[in-house]
This record gives sequence, C-alpha cells and structure tokens, in this order.
Amino acid sequence: MLDYTAMILAIGPELWLAAAGLVGVLLGALLKDRFNSLSFKYGALALFGAAAITLVFYQGGEAFGGLVRTNTFVNFAKFVSFSVGGFALIMSEGFLKRHETIRYEYVLLTIFASLGMGIILSASDLMTLYMGIETLSLSSYVLAAFHRDSARSSEAGLKYFVLGALASGMLLYGASLVYGFAGTTSYAGIFTADTSIGLLFGMVMMIVGLAFKVSAAPMHVWTPDVYEGAPTPVGAFFATAPKMASMVVFANVMFTAFGNILDQWQMVISIIAGMSMLIGSFGALTQTNIKRLLGYSSIANMGYALVAVAAGRETGAGALLIFMTLYVISSLGLFAGVLAMRRRGGMVESIDELGGLMSSRPWLAIALSILIFSIAGLPPFGGFFGKWEVFNAGIQAGLMPLAIILVVASVVSLGYYLRVVKIMWFDEPKERFEPIDGSVTLTVLVSAFVAGIVFLIFINALADWANTAALGLPS
Amino acid sequence: MGGFPILSAVVFLPLIGALIIMGVRTATAGSFSKEEAGKDNRAALLAGMIISGATFIASLAAFLSFDSNAAGYQLVEHYAWYGAVTYKVGVDGLSMPLILLTTFLTPICLLASWNSIHTRVTEYVVAFLVLETFMLGVFAALDIVLFYIFFEAGLIPMFLIIGIWGGKEKIYAAFKFFLYTLLGSLLMLVAVVYMFQAAGSSDIEVLEKFAFPPHVQTWLWLAFAASFAVKLPMWPVHTWLPDAHVQAPTAGSVILAGVLLKMGGYGFLRFSLPMFPDASHLFQPAMFALAVIAIVYTSLVAWRQTDMKKLIAYSSVAHMGFVTLGIFSFNEVGVQGAIFQMLSHGLISGALFLIVGVVYDRMHTREIAAYGGLVNRMPVYATLFMLFTMANVGLPGTSGFIGEILTMVGGFQASTWAAAGAALGVIFSAVYMLTLYRRTVFGEITNPKLEGIRDMSMIELVCIVPLALLTLLFGVAPNLIFHITEGATNRILSLMVGG
Repeated sequence: MLDYTAMILAIGPELWLAAAGLVGVLLGALLKDRFNSLSFKYGALALFGAAAITLVFYQGGEAFGGLVRTNTFVNFAKFVSFSVGGFALIMSEGFLKRHETIRYEYVLLTIFASLGMGIILSASDLMTLYMGIETLSLSSYVLAAFHRDSARSSEAGLKYFVLGALASGMLLYGASLVYGFAGTTSYAGIFTADTSIGLLFGMVMMIVGLAFKVSAAPMHVWTPDVYEGAPTPVGAFFATAPKMASMVVFANVMFTAFGNILDQWQMVISIIAGMSMLIGSFGALTQTNIKRLLGYSSIANMGYALVAVAAGRETGAGALLIFMTLYVISSLGLFAGVLAMRRRGGMVESIDELGGLMSSRPWLAIALSILIFSIAGLPPFGGFFGKWEVFNAGIQAGLMPLAIILVVASVVSLGYYLRVVKIMWFDEPKERFEPIDGSVTLTVLVSAFVAGIVFLIFINALADWANTAALGLPS
Repeated sequence: MGGFPILSAVVFLPLIGALIIMGVRTATAGSFSKEEAGKDNRAALLAGMIISGATFIASLAAFLSFDSNAAGYQLVEHYAWYGAVTYKVGVDGLSMPLILLTTFLTPICLLASWNSIHTRVTEYVVAFLVLETFMLGVFAALDIVLFYIFFEAGLIPMFLIIGIWGGKEKIYAAFKFFLYTLLGSLLMLVAVVYMFQAAGSSDIEVLEKFAFPPHVQTWLWLAFAASFAVKLPMWPVHTWLPDAHVQAPTAGSVILAGVLLKMGGYGFLRFSLPMFPDASHLFQPAMFALAVIAIVYTSLVAWRQTDMKKLIAYSSVAHMGFVTLGIFSFNEVGVQGAIFQMLSHGLISGALFLIVGVVYDRMHTREIAAYGGLVNRMPVYATLFMLFTMANVGLPGTSGFIGEILTMVGGFQASTWAAAGAALGVIFSAVYMLTLYRRTVFGEITNPKLEGIRDMSMIELVCIVPLALLTLLFGVAPNLIFHITEGATNRILSLMVGG
C-alpha cells in the first residue's frame, strides 16, 4: 500500500512549483501582456512559497519507491536556493522593464528552472537526477538568450546550450555506465555495488557533467561568456540559486552514491578544485568587464566549495553548506551592484565605470566593498567564516596541497578584488549613476549587511543550522 | 570596575564612534556650502579626536585596574561565539603597554592631520578609528581566531589610508602593503586551522600549554613567522615598508611605524615563543642572522637615501632588528629589552615621521637635498629634531638607549657574534641619523624657498612634545615599563621551558 500523503510531503515544494508554473502559463495565456508586470510578484511568491514549504517538510521523506528522497541536507540547499531565486526575481523587474523585455515568460522560466533545482536536490536516483538537470538546463539556456534581439545574449544562450548539451551527454553516458556496472540507478544501490573499473569510469564521466553545471575548471569556459552575454538579472540568477543547488547536488551524488569509494574520487575532485581555484583567480586578474570578473570569481569560489566536497561527508558537508550560503548571498549582492551601474539609459559594464563611486554613492560603495571583502574571505566580514570552514575541512581531511593552493588563490584573487575596491575608492569620480530601483539598492545593502556583518556575529546560528542539516545525509 | 567589560569598551569605542560619525555625516550631507565644508572637516577631525581621546582615557582606566604584579591574563572577558571559537579578550604585561601606545598615538595622529588632510576628511577619521579598533583588538585578543580576524582586518583601513590620502605612487604602495601582508597572514591561517584542530580549542591559554610535537612545531613556527616577519618587518621581506611609508600620509606613517610594526614583535612573543619553544630554539641562529643583516644592511641602505621618510623607514627596519635580536635571546633581559624597544621605537619613529611631516607640509618635498639650514629659521624644530635624532641613535638618557642596550645585552648572552653585529648597527645609526640632521638642519640656507619657512605651530608642538617628554621619561626611568612587563616576560620564558 502506497502512502500517498508521505509522497506528497516529500515532493511538496516541487509540486508547488510545478503547479505555480502551470498556473502561470495559463494566466499568461489568459491575461497576455497584462500579466507581464504582475508575473514578477507572482514568481517571487511562488519561489518564497516553495522556500516556506521546504521548511515545513524540512525533515524530508521518500517518494516514488526511492526515486526521490529528501533529507535536511538537501532541504537546506533548497531553502537557500529558492529564497535567493526569489530575490533575484524581484530585483530583475526594473531592469527588464527598462529594456522593454519584460515578459512573463522570464518568470515562468525561472520557476521551471527552480523546479529543476528542486528535483535534482530531491533526486536519489540517476534517472530523477537527469530529468531534473534537463529541466534546469533547458530553462537556463532560454533565459541566457532572453534578450533575443541582442547578439551577445543569443551567443551566450547558444554557447551555453551547445556546451551544456555536451555535458548532459557526458553525464548521461556516465550514468548509463554506472547503471551497467552497478546494476541499479538508485544512489543507495550504487553505494553498495562492487567497485569495478566500469563503475569508476562512469563516475568520472558523471563528475565531468556535474562539474560543468557548477562551472568548475576545466569545464568552466562557458561561464565568463554566459555571465557577460546573458542579461544581467539572468547572470544574477545563474550565479546564485542554481550554483547553490548544483553544488549541493554534486556533493550529494558524491556522498550518497559514491560515498564508500571516497579514496577513488577524492583525487579527481581535488584536481578539479585546485584547477578551478587557480584558473578562476588568475583568469580574473586581467578582466575589465565586471560581469566577466564575477564569472571568473565564481569559478574560483566553486573551487573553494569543491575543497569541502573533496574533504568527504563527515568533514565537508556542513562546511559546504556554510560556504555556499555565504557565497550566494554575497554574489546576489554583487550582481545587484552591477544592476545599479546605469548611465544615460544604458548599462555600463566596465570595471572602470565604478570610478569614484565612494564620492558619488558612498553607501553603495561601502556595501559593495563589504561584499567584495566578504566574498574574498577577508576578515572581519562574514565570508571569512565560509573560507575558514572550507579550510578547516580541507586540512582535517589531510588535503594540505589543496589548502596551500587555496591560500595562493586567495592572495591572487585579492589582487583583482582590491582593484575593484581601488577603483571605487581611489579613482576620480565619474558621472553619477542613474537612480536605481529601490529593490536593487535594498538587495545590495541587505546582502552586505547579512553576509558581511550579521553572519560575522551570529555565525554560530548559521553554522549550527548547516551542521545539523548535514547530519541528515544518509551514512 | 566590577563586571563592566572595560577592555571590550576600549576596543570597540573607536568603532562605535566611527559609526556615529558616519551616521551624522550622512544625515548632514549636502546641507553645507563650500565654506562650511571646511568647518565640517574640522568637526569630523575634532569628533575623531574626542572619541580617540575618550578611548585613551578608557584605556588608562583599564590600566588602573590592571595589576602589574600578577603574571597571567587580566581583565579577561569570555563569551561564546562560534563553537570552539570564543570571544575572549584580556591583557597581560606584554599587551597592556602596547594598548596604551595605540590609544596614545591615535589622537596625536588625528591632530597631526589637522592642517594636512583636506579631502574626504570624514572618511579619513572613520578609517583611523576603525583601524584603532582593529589594532587594539589584536593586542587584546586571547583567542587565536579572534586575533587573526583583527590582525588581518587592520589591512583594510590601512589600505584605504595609503591609497586615498597617500602620495604619488600611493596605489602601488597600497597594493604592495596589502598583498605582502596578506600572503604572510594566510600562511598563518593554515597554521591556525591546524592548531585549532590539533588542540580542539582556539583559546590562547590552552594553546600555550598544548605541547605540539617538535616536527609539527617547525612548520607551524615557519607559518607564523611568515606573517610576523612581514609585519615586523624583517629583512628580506621588508621591501613593502619603505614604499608604504613614503606614500602614506604623515599620520599613516606614524601609526604604521608606531603600532602596526609592533604586531609582528607581539606575535612572536605571544605565539611563536610560548607555543613552539623547540622550533624557536631551532630557528634562533637563523633569526639572529636575519636580525643582524637587518640591522647592518638596512642601516647602510638608510644612509644612502635621499628621501627623508624613506631614510626613517629603513631605520625602522634596523630598529626592529634589535627587537628580533632581543626576542630570540630567550632571556629576561633580552625579551624585556625587546618589549621596551618596541614601545620606545613607537614613540621615536612616530615622532620622527611627524617631524618630517612638519617640513613636508610647508615645502611639499621630502628630498633631503631641498633642505639645509633649517636651524636658522626654525630653532624649536631643530631642537626637537635633535632630541629625536639622538633618541633614534640610542643616546643615553633617551628611551632608545635602554632598548638597544638591553636587547644587545640579551643577545650577547645568547650569541656574542650577533651582539657584535648589532653593535655595528648602533654606529651606523649614528652615521645616517647625524648625516640626515646635518644636511637638513645645519649649514646655510641654500634653497631660497626656505627663507620664509615658519617654525612649528602650536598644533604641531602639541603633537610632538608629549612624545618627547615620554621618550625622555622612559630614558631616565625605564623601570616604569619594566615593572609592567616583568611578569609577562617571565611567564613567556617559563612557558618556553615548561612547554
């Protein structure tokens, strides 16, 4: 006898999002253009609602005979992803309105992408995982190309699509190998399967596919181009919610499906992490476009997060949640800062355009500086504890070389982060930016306050919550 | 004082003040006409001085409730914060004088900026106050993670101070300062994380008693030394200092030489010696060699400088060599001397940078060649300059003498050669300081622009005279300091033996 109530509870947030998406399509069909502006409130409501439902069913459960299995670890990530996704949506509205591309499809795609995030986080079977990844990816490709009249945006979408399809193929091929050698697609079954060369081969192929999704080197090349080409709010979304979800899924797959062969994949993940940190931080040094800079910065930060993954479940899971939470909050704030860079009716994206921001908009400059220092992991801001956790996990797992690379990458990355701070504080003032939407200003200030200061003083609350959530992983 | 958290109050008072100033500035922004903007700037400086003055008084109050005879940590405040990482502050005979030095120098720095800083004054004051909080936090922290946070956080305001209000090459200097120090700090962070995991606690008192295995000590020691050697700075990682000093505004140089460099020596005494005694012994010869090279080499480099600030910056490196020598002599005389030398150098080099700032504000050049014959126009200036020249040389009767002689005596007991090398440095210091003095102050006025130069103003006197008085006072009555530092010194040395 199937227990339908328990099943519905386990996939509650996804059901909600799917329903919200479908109702949104209907509303769009009925209201047409009148829905465009309203849809952003609708979408934010859908995402915040999903976050709330996640909290209600926080302890998790099982559905569809083990195809879906949630626990506190993934629910934590769901909550954070949906919440930042909602904020990203709220602050996009003004931008899209000004660019006259405000269309409800944008919101619906975001909702469906979030649905994909929910599915991959809940997945405990390779088939579910793949379906979720495709839902997320296909929505993302379209979002990247959302400015369909802009060549840059279309190029970004196409690049993302071609490379993403390749990565999905790799993932699928890896999954089929794993299935062939383990005889099952469920995480729990793979966990207990005998280790064979074919299984390992499949696992590495899956790692490649997942590394693409989190934009870890050497599968990172799409990131700067897509960040630069995609409309800025889309970049803000990509850099936050799906990053959190994909990274936690990456960890979830490694911990739950391949948890007992840590010694087999630790080296692979370590190399990916080390390369990401170095390529991300060195690559950012010469960037002049703020969005590309953030793209490279995200590659480096994914490298830091992967250090926690490489550290294994016991030491790394909690650290990963703490790091990623602080990272996505800061990242959201920084992208909101990019949204604020408007002059004469258009966006400016060169880092130099931030010149003298300290004199023209002191609070924006201070908030952005806090975010930059926080994302760089420099004390006394909250982001320091994210790096501290990752560092702690890496050293505890005996990954000394990675810890050293982390140090080197941090120093190098300070080189470009400081350049942004220098331009804002030291350079001659440029023309003032146009007044920006309240929601954007609010996002910058609030995220700086939360990531920089609140989580410095009350880091214990976040850490407790994340570490408890990490205990929910099946051992 | 009862249960009042006096130490936390001292540490965070400047930060709170900075927030208030920022808040007031935002509230009143735009409501000032251009003439009033000047007034506004002065108001910000005045507010900054009041806050840092209040901090000084608060630190004196903390000092009054400090028992010089007790050896351990006092005024301890301990609160839960982040798991095993706690908010723990306290002082002992090592940190108390450094805290007083910090709170004493900050108002002087702000006062010295009265006529020399005209742009973005509010931010300047805020940066200084924030920096003061971080510096005090470094000395007060009794949790190694808390220490690290303050230690590295101090980079940000100093970076801004050099980068915004500095000289022509300020950006280069600010970046060099930041990245050099950061690389050292991050290596220290690796060690901190390791220690945290090994001992299961980040409490300094616990770590002092935790016996790390010798081979581990070696690596930990090196990681810590990477950070402190850059900060102190020791040869050959001193090259950021001359750039930072030359480009920083006068007050920035004062705080850099007066307090920030002391964090390196403080770190060695607080962490390296008590926590890694075996490694400290192992590296003693290397540290002596580096100290002597620093003393001799940078003294010679200082001699050939054409820029006044650069000369004093190199002289700072040389004087910090004495601190290294004293610390690594591992005996009471040497360590006491090192602490004394840190305090004394904080006063003397701070004053020397102020003295350079006095003529720089008038002439806008630091080239030694542009000066000469200042005694004819500025007798008071010449007198004070003479006093601090002599103090920097280490003339008996000034605090510079006590510091140098004690570190040398301490060093002599440990290594005759090291002390002999250091003694050479004393001679060189006389050479470069007297050369500087002769070329700027004596002789005929050759530069016609100097004809109209005015002697020191009241504000400048108020800045420098207290430093002069203290230099003389500690030169005649060094026991005032030794009385405070004795307990802590013996405690550190006994931990080395016990550990």
